[in-house]
Amino acid sequence: MEAPQEVARPTTRVSSTKPAARRRSDLTGLIFLLPFLIAYALFLIWPIILGFRMSLFNWSLVSGGASEFLGLENYRELFGDPVFWSSMWHTVLFTLLSTPPLVLIALVLAMLVNRVTFAQWFFRFSFFAPFVLPVSVVALIWIWLFQPGYGLINSYLTSLGLGEVGWLTDENVAMITVVIVTVWWTVGLNFVLYLAGLQEIPRDLYDASAVDGAGALAQTRWVTIPMLSRTTVLVVVLQILASLKVFDQIYVMYTQGGLNYPVTRPIVGYVYDQGFTSYRVGYGSAMSYVFFVIILAVSVIWFAVARRREGNT
Amino acid sequence: MAEEYGDRGSMPARRVSRRRFLCGAAVTLGGVVASSCAPSLGIVGGTPTIKFWNLFGGGDGIRLDTMESKFRHERSHPGLQSVTLAWGSPYYTKLAMAAVGGSPPDVAIMHLSRKGAFAPAGLLEPLDPDLLSRHGIGSDKFLPRIWESAKYDGKVYAVPLDTHPFVMYYNTDICKKAGLLGPDGKLKTLEGPDDVIRAFEAAKKVTGAFGLSFYPNDPAGPWRLFYTLYSQMGGKVLSPDAKEVVLDDSKVRRVLDFMAELTLDTEVASKDSGYPDSVALFQSGKAGFYWNGEWEVTTFEAAKMPFDMVPFPDVFGGNQVQADRHSFVIPRGVDTARKEAALEFVNSMLKSSLTWAEGGHIPAYQPVATSAAYKKLKPQSNYSGVADDVVLDPVAWFSGSGSQMEIQASATFQAVMAGEITPGQGVNQFRSGLRTLIEAPRPF
Repeated sequence: MEAPQEVARPTTRVSSTKPAARRRSDLTGLIFLLPFLIAYALFLIWPIILGFRMSLFNWSLVSGGASEFLGLENYRELFGDPVFWSSMWHTVLFTLLSTPPLVLIALVLAMLVNRVTFAQWFFRFSFFAPFVLPVSVVALIWIWLFQPGYGLINSYLTSLGLGEVGWLTDENVAMITVVIVTVWWTVGLNFVLYLAGLQEIPRDLYDASAVDGAGALAQTRWVTIPMLSRTTVLVVVLQILASLKVFDQIYVMYTQGGLNYPVTRPIVGYVYDQGFTSYRVGYGSAMSYVFFVIILAVSVIWFAVARRREGNT
Repeated sequence: MAEEYGDRGSMPARRVSRRRFLCGAAVTLGGVVASSCAPSLGIVGGTPTIKFWNLFGGGDGIRLDTMESKFRHERSHPGLQSVTLAWGSPYYTKLAMAAVGGSPPDVAIMHLSRKGAFAPAGLLEPLDPDLLSRHGIGSDKFLPRIWESAKYDGKVYAVPLDTHPFVMYYNTDICKKAGLLGPDGKLKTLEGPDDVIRAFEAAKKVTGAFGLSFYPNDPAGPWRLFYTLYSQMGGKVLSPDAKEVVLDDSKVRRVLDFMAELTLDTEVASKDSGYPDSVALFQSGKAGFYWNGEWEVTTFEAAKMPFDMVPFPDVFGGNQVQADRHSFVIPRGVDTARKEAALEFVNSMLKSSLTWAEGGHIPAYQPVATSAAYKKLKPQSNYSGVADDVVLDPVAWFSGSGSQMEIQASATFQAVMAGEITPGQGVNQFRSGLRTLIEAPRPF
């Protein structure tokens, strides 16, 4: 049923023909989008399709083009490849170990810095500063800190009478080392997001709760954290997706500092090893597509959960 | 302010000037981008500038700079653009992709152990021996054995620069205190595994820390040590066509037992050291001996520490030692004019290989290798005889410096030396890792 034309509520218009002005403004919008859409199609959509095609062949980095058609052979090989599964596990383990500290420490830092009245800019700067460092600098700093013997951390431990820890080499400790480095490096971003979220909470909520007799802890639990829920969802999703893509710091610490690679190699690292060091781009592509499907599933599940939660509040 | 937002379609004067400014800026930016896309290598004085890729950092990089400036100052020689990339798999990945992508450097360094990957993949130009002779770098300037190692499938693909073997450094002060020096002040010859370990234990008593400095925590170190010791027993890893694993399990087991003994039983060496750590340990006198390639000689000379170098000891009944060779290669797709210029450059570099030899390497260019000046270089000339006993890595598409096989094998041996797996498990892991590589479809 058509809504009456006189009522100026464009959102309820059911008619299938738009007036000329509206069509022209749609076209203008599309033209503005076109450069980005072209770049998007060329550099994202097309490579995704091409990459999938690569994974069906014994595609090589060096012989320029498809060699033999393998069908799903690459996929069959990777499902039986123990290094693929261990690399996937390392990535998942890293995500599980790094996301809670990166979210909680950022929240605590933001809450503390928010209360500082004198020179707050200095604290914002200090906690965010590591984030702007490139990965090679971060890795180099921490490699030297974690060295056995004369490295700063081990020398402190031994001077306190404790034993040395093989931070980079010990198979039980290496992943924790990577998590420590990553937390120091990237907590700044989450911290800034939380700080912005905190500063948006209206003051009168705190005043009203104080009138009702709420102490600081109760205020945090019942005012601050619920009001931050949107920021928290954003931070957690961004963090999980970023953690799943981990590669740089592990690779640099391995090649430059002797990090125990067999127990920390992430899936992206294994794709690089196979696709680039061993020239087997087809096999590397197959692995990255399986990983892509897994990330997609995680994102879809998370967004479904987040949307349902938003619908309830 | 209302006049700024006239009805749709009409543009007030102020809006036009901002739009014009933006248009002008876009055109300027486009012009800058377009001009930077033009080929940046121009012609210097009528001859082309050649691009040279290498992986020489540290002391080697400084030597290379000296040799390159000598080339640049020679009259009428082409311009040179030298690029240094990170050692290992990052370098070979980039070199392979540059050759495939059609914009390779005109000349590049390559370890001869990688020829099994680069030559059959068609990434390198086969070099005409007559052309090389005309530039003064033909087969007569090299020993036959070295010349042959630069060939693949009968064709010449590389011009050898040096051989760089695994050697033993020792701190003369520490060894003197440990009573390991002979009456001539040189290290007494060590032979057999027990002799070697006894020497390290004596050095460890003097230093209080370690007897031997080594780098198990590295993608190449453990492989080099293993291959040296295994070859001393006469062991082979792959069949000549690289289709079969021909390991002798008992010999592999013996070597791994010895390597684990160094770090776990006698603790004369650290199981955690990475490469920079191992250099620091030896340099600061916390270890009396150092097993590494000869290329760190300038580091220790610059630190003015009392040290000397000898060939790697005969541990398992032979003098074989793992080595690799640096060589110059020309990637495919380089045109004739640039190839001629590149070969002139190679000729100049080889003539300067005495400078290169000061960095520790054994020069391949015979006029320098047999010269009196080289023989006077100490301690570099101490181990030049080793060149007869070197074993190069097995030739395969997945082997060589910075390759998947080296990385995988080193990871296995590192785990053995760290005590994470037993030597028996190490043998099995090494064998199955090799089998996986052989069975993987060759990517060209």
